[in-house]
Amino acid sequence: MIASVGFGVLVLTFLVSLYGIGAAVYGVRSGKAVWVESARHAQQLTFPLVTLAAGALVYLLVTGHYEVSFVYSVTSNAMPLYLKVTSWWGGQAGSLTFWIWLLSAFTTAVTLRRWERDREFLPWVIVVSLVTVAFFLALVIFFENPFTRFWATPTGEVEAFFQPANSVPIFPSDGRGLNPLLRHPGMIIHPPMLYLGFVSFVIPFAFAIAALVTGRTDDRWIRLTRRWTLVAWLFLSLGLVLGGRWAYDVLGWGGYWGWDPVEIAAFMPWLSGTAFLHSVMIQEKRGLFKRWNMVLIILTYCLVIFGTFLTRSGVLSSVHAFAQSAIGPMFFGFIGVTFILSLALLLYRWTDLEAEGTMHSLLSRESLFLFNNLLFMGILVICFSGVIFPLVSELLTGQKVTVGPPFYERATAPLFVGLLFLMGVAPLSAWGHSTIRTLGRALWKPALVSVAVLGLVLLAGVRSFGALLGFWLVAFTASVTLYEYGRAVLARARRTGENLWMAFWNLAGRNRRRYGGYTIHLGIVLMAIGIIGIEIFQQETQGTLKAGDSIQLAGYTVTYRKLDEFDAPDGRNVARAVVDVYRGGRYLGELHPRRDYYYASQQPMTIPGVRSTLEDDLYVLLVDWRPISADGATFKVFHNPLVNWVWIGGIWLIFGTLVAAWPDRDPEVEQARATGRERLARQTA
Amino acid sequence: MSKKVFLLLLLLIVAALVGGLVQTARAQQPTPSDNDVNRVARQLYCPVCENIPLDVCPTTACQEWRELIRLKLSEGWSDEQIKEYFAMQYGDRVLAEPPRRGLNWLVYVLPPVAILAGAVLVVRILRRMQAKPAPAEATPSVPLAPEDEYLKRVEEELKRVEKSGR
Repeated sequence: MIASVGFGVLVLTFLVSLYGIGAAVYGVRSGKAVWVESARHAQQLTFPLVTLAAGALVYLLVTGHYEVSFVYSVTSNAMPLYLKVTSWWGGQAGSLTFWIWLLSAFTTAVTLRRWERDREFLPWVIVVSLVTVAFFLALVIFFENPFTRFWATPTGEVEAFFQPANSVPIFPSDGRGLNPLLRHPGMIIHPPMLYLGFVSFVIPFAFAIAALVTGRTDDRWIRLTRRWTLVAWLFLSLGLVLGGRWAYDVLGWGGYWGWDPVEIAAFMPWLSGTAFLHSVMIQEKRGLFKRWNMVLIILTYCLVIFGTFLTRSGVLSSVHAFAQSAIGPMFFGFIGVTFILSLALLLYRWTDLEAEGTMHSLLSRESLFLFNNLLFMGILVICFSGVIFPLVSELLTGQKVTVGPPFYERATAPLFVGLLFLMGVAPLSAWGHSTIRTLGRALWKPALVSVAVLGLVLLAGVRSFGALLGFWLVAFTASVTLYEYGRAVLARARRTGENLWMAFWNLAGRNRRRYGGYTIHLGIVLMAIGIIGIEIFQQETQGTLKAGDSIQLAGYTVTYRKLDEFDAPDGRNVARAVVDVYRGGRYLGELHPRRDYYYASQQPMTIPGVRSTLEDDLYVLLVDWRPISADGATFKVFHNPLVNWVWIGGIWLIFGTLVAAWPDRDPEVEQARATGRERLARQTA
Repeated sequence: MSKKVFLLLLLLIVAALVGGLVQTARAQQPTPSDNDVNRVARQLYCPVCENIPLDVCPTTACQEWRELIRLKLSEGWSDEQIKEYFAMQYGDRVLAEPPRRGLNWLVYVLPPVAILAGAVLVVRILRRMQAKPAPAEATPSVPLAPEDEYLKRVEEELKRVEKSGR
């Protein structure tokens, strides 16, 4: 019953969105504003409708209606309530529904705003967002229905929404339960963050298309969606960082980023989105690169859909799985059509998007931003080819190949180094015009500091070229950024007589975008420290130990004490080892690396025992053990220097984004308030 | 005994001798440690799971494959030989990178070419823009002092209000 309601509401939403698209187009074509208004209402109706359908699904999940196949596949009686709720996005059909729900929430929020100033954008923003909503609804309704049920027919068990002839429903008493790998806080928050990032990029894209269709070629669309872009970027970054943390905690291979196609799928829109965030500033300040910004946002939108496509269509496991899956070709078609249509629209407006200004200097801020874009695009090209090549190879030659970390690391490392360097130089170059002389005058002090740091690193005994280069760049960029802060704070304090703290506060408050941006840069620098640490200095060793035996790595001694094997109440068998950790003869504590085996899904999980400090992580994995005598166990030990700075940098970066995206006071609203107050004062006087 | 048969016999004897020598040389190899095995396994991918390096894959199949690596190492095989052996047995997908031959060159050549093309494009755009005459209102050539920044901000605000009023 509830399942039927849920599905019915989804179908209704689909029809409403189709109506909205038609009404918006008709309204704008015929010049009848009332139709556009009706389309807007249709758009706003999608959110409560999808919420209703989602509510039905969550209700089924929580109450254990295992006759619904999706519920059966992701929940079980033993799971706690919060996991039952979050298993909403623990499987294909549910996560697509979740996508739609977020998308309709965001696009509805956009149409709720006042539109007096930009009325001509409204119908096209509605069309783009509703087309996206309708596409995903079609996927869910026709191919990945979360409300299908189990039926017993004379020929066997089937999954269908409508009751097949001569069948009776099946009511399983328990479900299979959520994939154990997904039962981790990181994995519960990670998909929503990623999806929030994905769906928020739909909004700048919708405005870009609206600008193209209406021919409003100024930077209005960028200004209107600047905050949305930042929000999208914020969530996408958060999603990536959380995903990394999850991998580090749960996947048990000692790292956080494995250049897996699924990771890259989320990384690609981040790359083009970051390039977009930078290059829109050139358009706002100098009226340049209007076409390029359009290309970037179109690309980002397509990569968002492509990312969902990669992870959802089965295309990654094999081309054949893709051909068999129904939603794969649908995605493929949708991406192709939107990409071509958007580009055609861009070509149609090509001459209208002529640059207003010119560039005078190779070292000006806008030129450096252009190089920044080149590097981001370069990394994107590498990622894209690496992800797509195995499919091309399988399709053309039938040979499956893997494109793994060595490929990506070798190819992208120089580009990341270039980006880090630009991050150091660009904040000190001026808009419009910079020369070696002006840039040198601004740069020499921070450069000196960075050389001093390099000297310290050398003194500390680091000799690896990559590490020296990396640490120098990190020091350089950090000192440039701090120097920029410091100079401005001092100048302000001198001028206004405020104390340093107040000067800093007011300065950052007055120009949140700039100082938020610098804070983000500092976050990236901190992450870079962690990445250099683990990429260049990670060590590992493995050994089989008897109780009392030890293994040494990087000055640490790990001694095996004992191992217990027991069944946990939530349907898993746990093998938990106890090891003691010493460093230089000093006892540091015990760690509990363990192996969980989930009976229902027949899946093992390797949970590391980690001793984490700002200096390094000691990461111990239980690889194997002798079940009967319990006196021998195999451990793999990783020494991950500085890895914690990745997470610290991630949090710092999020903070910076919040600073940059925090809403400014709207001058119009402020004015209205002021006049209101005056009037009130006059009345009371 | 014909000459051919004699030569063949000789060859066999030599081969046996060499083989025996190699065998003894191999027998002297110590049992490869877990770290040796992982060194090779890290460069290989699990032939059955998706995108999981062989050194971390927890399945029994992969454990057996790691033991196979240990065996090959103890027989004196080099890392490269073992990798080739696995590629022969299970296809190129067990290698962390596509081998550099045939169609696979695409993935090595295309990205650098695309990046170079991008770089050329960027440089050309910069040249072309610089060739245009500079506009009358010259922009300040030194970084703005914070004092000027306030003025700049006022101007920007004005511009924004202007635009939004349109």
